[in-house]
Amino acid sequence: METNLALLLLFAPFAGFLINVFFGKKLGRNASGILGTLAVTVSFAATLFFFLQVMNTKVPVMVNLFEWLKLANFTVNFSFQLDQLSLLWLMFVTGIGTLIHMYSISYMHDDENMHKFFAYLNLFVFFMITLVMGSNLLIMFIGWEGVGLCSYLLIGFWYKNQSYNDAAKKAFIMNRIGDLGFLIGIFILAYLFHSVEYDMMKTELANGWPVDKTWLGIAMLCLFIGACGKSAQIPLYTWLPDAMAGPTPVSALIHAATMVTAGIFMITRLNFLFNLTPDVLEIIAVVGAVTSLVAASIGLVQNDIKKVLAYSTVSQLGLMFLALGLGAYEIAVFHVITHAFFKACLFLGSGSVIHTLHGEQDMRNMGGLRKVMKITFITFLISTLAISGLPPFSGFFSKDEILMTAFHHNKVLWIIGSLASIMTAFYMFRLLYLTFYKDFRGTEEQKHHLHESPSLITFPLIVLAILAFVGGAISLPGMSWLNEYLAPVMAKPAEHHHLGNTEYMLMGIAVAGALIGIGIAYAKYIKRGEVPPADAEITGVTNVLYNKYYVDEIYTAIIVKPIYAIGSFFKNVIEVALSGLVFGLGRAATLLGNEGKTIQNGSVGFYLLVFVLGVCSILGYIFLVK
Amino acid sequence: MENILQQVGIDNYIYLSTLLFCVGIFGVLYRRNAIVMFMSIEIMLNAVNLLLVAFSTYHQDAAGQVFVFFSMAVAAAEVAVGLAILVAVYRNHNGIDIDNLKKLKG
Repeated sequence: METNLALLLLFAPFAGFLINVFFGKKLGRNASGILGTLAVTVSFAATLFFFLQVMNTKVPVMVNLFEWLKLANFTVNFSFQLDQLSLLWLMFVTGIGTLIHMYSISYMHDDENMHKFFAYLNLFVFFMITLVMGSNLLIMFIGWEGVGLCSYLLIGFWYKNQSYNDAAKKAFIMNRIGDLGFLIGIFILAYLFHSVEYDMMKTELANGWPVDKTWLGIAMLCLFIGACGKSAQIPLYTWLPDAMAGPTPVSALIHAATMVTAGIFMITRLNFLFNLTPDVLEIIAVVGAVTSLVAASIGLVQNDIKKVLAYSTVSQLGLMFLALGLGAYEIAVFHVITHAFFKACLFLGSGSVIHTLHGEQDMRNMGGLRKVMKITFITFLISTLAISGLPPFSGFFSKDEILMTAFHHNKVLWIIGSLASIMTAFYMFRLLYLTFYKDFRGTEEQKHHLHESPSLITFPLIVLAILAFVGGAISLPGMSWLNEYLAPVMAKPAEHHHLGNTEYMLMGIAVAGALIGIGIAYAKYIKRGEVPPADAEITGVTNVLYNKYYVDEIYTAIIVKPIYAIGSFFKNVIEVALSGLVFGLGRAATLLGNEGKTIQNGSVGFYLLVFVLGVCSILGYIFLVK
Repeated sequence: MENILQQVGIDNYIYLSTLLFCVGIFGVLYRRNAIVMFMSIEIMLNAVNLLLVAFSTYHQDAAGQVFVFFSMAVAAAEVAVGLAILVAVYRNHNGIDIDNLKKLKG
């Protein structure tokens, strides 16, 4: 029963994928959309069942299908593990997945390849479930690669635009770099523990299995590189902003709410190993903090509505890594969840705006939309308040926990995180003001078509906005349901912050910081009514930020160009030499053959002479030389 | 039997058959007439036969002589086939000069 239900949970989206791929065109637009949505809804229902069961019994459900690989002292099972952590993840993957599928029915309605879109989305959900449910690192790796593939397919969904294809390739290649690290990490762990099952490794550690700390450190670092690729951390973050080339529901589902949190999932899953390597945790914390600051500063000046959200995602992911690096896995998970709610809502809201404006993404050509798009505006406002960290919205609790933990461990990281938060408040309100306030700055034609989006689009927005509003309730400071719930999968008990004066002061600072950010945005874009200048007029620091610190250009100069140079060297020099050699041998053989064929002249006498000479020389060799 | 070998000596048989063989070779190499070449080949064959018989006697082993019978039978068959080919060649080319057969190289 449990096995069947778990398999249903896993394979419902896959069935949706198969049907949509093979019969989607025949089914018609609405049917393929509804089918895709239903497939994920089934998964969500199954997840809900398991979630409630595991929450009550506190016993994880293990599903062992078969033995996959068996080597001398190393076995890999094809098995799944539905414990507290994976079910929590599945809850929001399938839950938000369902909402976004629903949204896409309306959003993608005019696209000629709608069935393909739903097929890919279903496939993505399938792989994400595989990633989360697997009971060992190899199954996680299957899902890990699969979601990367789906991400590639969906970023390049509008494949007729070359720059979108380039963005898709960039995402794929960047992810491959991380994946290599992940794979090496798995190999080292397999070598160290003779197993890649989470439970096995845990048991072995508990039984005092001798582990080489150096190798373990290297393995953890490699896994972290994998997480960097998937979760867009420095230095592998540049693909995520470009990934916005995909349709907006994709950005919401894959590049904000679920796939990019895979790295955080993996580190949380292996928290009992990461705890043993404090040096690596230190690196994670620093990388996370720096990423959050850098990405937030780039987000300050972007004018593309989705680019702002993309950099905000990178920045928030950075904060989650900061929490991971400080050993506060529960808090990172908490922020993953609240972030999934409000960021999905923000992306879907921006999609609603883009949909109304027929593909316009530049905020300089928006404005005044709050009058016509009331529901979009209100949900967007709630999510913006949540991401800015104002109480009582969900983002306040999770972000505040992160900053509080940072304050207790390392003041510098706290300052960096707080700065990033202030910037977040600023650019999010800048986005809000530019999009929804003042007067509309687009063309007259667009102005006539302004309208609120249909209910299939607004319903997910409302649900997500409610979740973004109340989501913080799962882990209130002092009485955290989440910490208790996750306690069985954590190696170390969660730190409890006593709500003393320091903590209230920190909350005050965080809220004041957010208000400062909002205030600056208000003064700039509402009081003075500024509109960001055209690209050519951007100067100074803003220009550096606008061009994303020229990181793409630097990567091009130091990595891409040399690789091209090596490529052209091999093409123009090595290949020419090698093919010259090969063709030369061929030509020599032809020449020899052409000369040799004149010997066959048809004169029997000549043949006989040669024959006799041959026999004579053989005899001579046998009798005289030997 | 033994006294024949004692009278003539095995080496003389070897010399004779070598000589016959060389005559055959030179006949094949120098003559253009197919029938003469054919005869030369037969000479070579018989040189070998002679050698076989001589050694068979020398070793007191009848197997060599049995071989000779076989080889003569095969040679007879070969001659029949060869001469038939020559007749066919003669009919086509009005001659049996070996140089006429250059076309056979294809």
